[in-house]
Amino acid sequence: MSTKLVQKLDRVVIRFAGDSGDGMQLTGDRFTSQTALLGNDLSTLPNFPAEIRAPQGTLPGVSSFQLHFADHHVLTPGDRPDVLVAMNPAALKANLRDLPRGATIIVNTDEFNKRNLAKVGYAANPIEDGSLESYHVHPVALTSITVDALAEFTDLTRKEKERAKNMFALGLLSWLYTRPLEGTESFLKAKFAGRPGILDANVAALHAGFHYGETTEDFSVSYEVAPAPMEMGNYRNITGNVSLSLGLVAAAHRAKLPLFLGSYPITPASDILHTLAGLKRYGVVTVQAEDEIAGVGAALGASFAGALGVTSTSGPGLALKAETIGLAVSLELPLVVIDIQRGGPSTGLPTKTEQADLLQALFGRNGESPVAVLAPATPADCFDIAIEAVRIATVYRTPVIVLSDGYLANGSEPWRLPKTSELPDLTVEFATEPNDVTADGEPVFHPFKRDPQTLARPWAIPGTPGLEHRVGGIEKADVTGNISYDPDNHDKMTRLRQAKIDGIADSIPLLEVDDPSGEAEVLVLGWGSTYGPTAAGVRLARAIGTPVAHAHLRHLNPFPANTGEVLRRYRRVIVPEMNLGQLAMLLRAQYLVDIQSHTAVRGLPFQASEIADVIAKAARPSVAESMKEMAK
Amino acid sequence: MSITDLGLPTNGSPVTGQPLSGVGHVPPLGEGEKLSKKDFTSDQEVRWCPGCGDYAILAAVQGFLPELGIKRENMVFVSGIGCSSRFPYYLDTYGMHSIHGRAPAIATGIASARDDLSVWVVTGDGDALSIGGNHLIHALRRNINLKILLFNNEIYGLTKGQYSPTSRTGQVTKSSPLGSLDTPFNPVSLALGAEATFVARTLDSDRQHLSSVLRAAAEHRGSAFVEIYQNCPIFNDGAFDVLKDRTEAQARIFYLNDGQEVVAGDGEDQRVVVRDDRGVMTVVPRSEADPARIVIHDEAAESPAGAFALSRLDSPELSTVPMGVFRNVRRPSYDDMLRDQVAAARTGEITDADIDALLAGKDTWTVSGSA
Ligand code: SF4
Repeated sequence: MSTKLVQKLDRVVIRFAGDSGDGMQLTGDRFTSQTALLGNDLSTLPNFPAEIRAPQGTLPGVSSFQLHFADHHVLTPGDRPDVLVAMNPAALKANLRDLPRGATIIVNTDEFNKRNLAKVGYAANPIEDGSLESYHVHPVALTSITVDALAEFTDLTRKEKERAKNMFALGLLSWLYTRPLEGTESFLKAKFAGRPGILDANVAALHAGFHYGETTEDFSVSYEVAPAPMEMGNYRNITGNVSLSLGLVAAAHRAKLPLFLGSYPITPASDILHTLAGLKRYGVVTVQAEDEIAGVGAALGASFAGALGVTSTSGPGLALKAETIGLAVSLELPLVVIDIQRGGPSTGLPTKTEQADLLQALFGRNGESPVAVLAPATPADCFDIAIEAVRIATVYRTPVIVLSDGYLANGSEPWRLPKTSELPDLTVEFATEPNDVTADGEPVFHPFKRDPQTLARPWAIPGTPGLEHRVGGIEKADVTGNISYDPDNHDKMTRLRQAKIDGIADSIPLLEVDDPSGEAEVLVLGWGSTYGPTAAGVRLARAIGTPVAHAHLRHLNPFPANTGEVLRRYRRVIVPEMNLGQLAMLLRAQYLVDIQSHTAVRGLPFQASEIADVIAKAARPSVAESMKEMAK
Repeated sequence: MSITDLGLPTNGSPVTGQPLSGVGHVPPLGEGEKLSKKDFTSDQEVRWCPGCGDYAILAAVQGFLPELGIKRENMVFVSGIGCSSRFPYYLDTYGMHSIHGRAPAIATGIASARDDLSVWVVTGDGDALSIGGNHLIHALRRNINLKILLFNNEIYGLTKGQYSPTSRTGQVTKSSPLGSLDTPFNPVSLALGAEATFVARTLDSDRQHLSSVLRAAAEHRGSAFVEIYQNCPIFNDGAFDVLKDRTEAQARIFYLNDGQEVVAGDGEDQRVVVRDDRGVMTVVPRSEADPARIVIHDEAAESPAGAFALSRLDSPELSTVPMGVFRNVRRPSYDDMLRDQVAAARTGEITDADIDALLAGKDTWTVSGSA
């Protein structure tokens, strides 16, 4: 038993950083899992290079995982880590500038040799030259202590033992923050089921790390973070991509439609393909297509055949799918297109986050080609957005593009499990009978006779006798669906397709504004994954006495019906987004209001403090405005 | 006559060993029900140019479909873009006129989502071999239960006469005033190289041969690739004329009949296909042929080498044209195996409780007191 001091903390931000081969993502995942089980609220930010094994020990090869956990509601992975675990000099150098003075650094001294230091341009060893004076540094020979701790495993090579150093680090951090080890033990048991030697060594390293914390004098204090108050219920921790995948399965179940995914591997969307490919038990069909175009083509074909067609991709893939999405607009069939946005243009930053596909989603097709566009706010919200996407796609017979991003896809947070039976009923009615009569009174099926309320056309699937019909990308005559080159008909059909999408606004909630003081003159309006940092920034601003209103868009096309009215209520509207102002452009164009666009495309989410600064500046009336005020 | 009448099994699975026909799971017509050509004729006015070979193909297909003995509402025709791709509009079945080159991909989704449909792809040389080349080869490789009819007129018709990937080298067209520089694809060779399990060739104007090839294609479980030589009287008139003249055709067309010698012509003029030690095939007068080397067609041969060698007898002058089924072998179809995987994984109707368990995953915790 440890007789060391135990301190209570309300929140901690830890960043694990190492070489991409050091297992930092796994370590972070495990620590997250343990933390979730303890009932802390949390948010995570994995950050890794595009290369699977970038050159060892180099700056581009650094992979990190940041976790923010607290005894209260957490909105972001945290601006600045309180603790950095640096497995090598590159990890230290790449992350040091993000640390506040006084932060704790645990370094693996074994890796701080001449060669590794030189690789990242350290002339002297920073652990020894005093340059880390303003931090709290714990030098630990992680590699060699791990190898020593595994001395009894004579069957394992030195390399294999060294590889367990991440488990040692995890054990040490688990002691430091009073996390249980059982969850990780059972995880390791499953992972190394067929390799008992490796399993035992990893478990031993985990415990060795924990004991090291308990016994070594270097660590005199350990910490506790109490569970966060959360709504009653059952929880799990979930990443955005898994949450989206499960949302699709649940939605298909509630729609009583088979779920069909046509997809092509692409970072950071592939996890959706992986997750759904593993769910055949739930009737999910996945086709890994020959390319992005075939992925969406197969999905559209499946929708035509009466399944729920879904395709998943990232920005470059969305570009390739554009023509087929246009076809789906023309055919007016349900289709869900998931774009996990990443840095662009072109290949851009495959593993980094960005929100620069908004305009592509809205307008990236030939002709007037409106589609519904949604964006989840948080990893857990990806589940609800998937359900909403399926609702809109099936009710309105339209493609729906879901704009998630790399940050939501890989980031995680606790999720209160919904009850399947309480999810919206999405039951779909296929057409089974003629819906019209000919001039001579004969019953007839007209594939483009619309529902007067939703303007959706009937979904008549092959196998339905008497409703045989042809659809295609050529303009169709209103009602009959026959090929038509008539100018007035094209004008009418173009407007009908637009009106159908605009009409979705009738079925979505109004934009809600959070303004507890009721005195705010500044509104911050976010969309997609900026929710967390924006809400956290708003919280910081309010804490220093700045009244500010906050609203968030999950529906990007159409916007909630009251959007213009909300925007006009405030003296200033700030729109932070990870692009060069795409939503701002849309809002200005549609509502003729001025927008203060705050943008960054650094491949990383905003920091709460950055948003708070922007709010504080905006809330302070300008000199000109104050003078006008005084003149009154 | 229907597939059922032909004695082909209509249930079972190629995976479990029981052979299935191409329409194995498609609901047959009811007792005494019969469809006719008229039932497959839609109310749309056909808009090809007068004399276009597509008319003959449409008539042959409309005439053949009733033979399948399956419900009309369970047939789907999918096309891409091009003259031939207007085809679905004229057939009173379910149909989709999609986008350029993508029909095999879309049809893959349809066939994978539903086992009770007979899915046909209608495409052309530009649609299938140029812009949609990737989808075609992958559909064939996967052996999805699709019947792919490629109307080859060796020209772009709908865009008014540019050379296509099957146009002959040197062909003068609107976009190749000094002659095309491209080496053309041989569609049959390409399909064989793409691991197709059924590859055939036929001619628009030979109704009987066309119907017999369609029949064999429909019976085949998996991808069936049928190249149909089609005349475009507007932009490439007469490309196949020598095959339409009775005497010329007799000398040039080598009909492929399973188990029979590959020959053309009659009597003294008869020519036969022989194979040398390296497997290369050539055509020689029967009088000069070593009887032991005359090729006996074996469409079910495991190796595609023989079928490929036959396809290489083609020449731009159409002096040697093998016609018929080059290859017809059984291999489990992708969509059947996909359904088998799903069926094997399933444990019955999915209930709300199953989904609840899925959502919960393995690591959950409970918050009981609310704050
Ligand atoms: S252009 Fe040629 S292929 Fe096209 S419809 Fe006219 S004749 Fe037929």
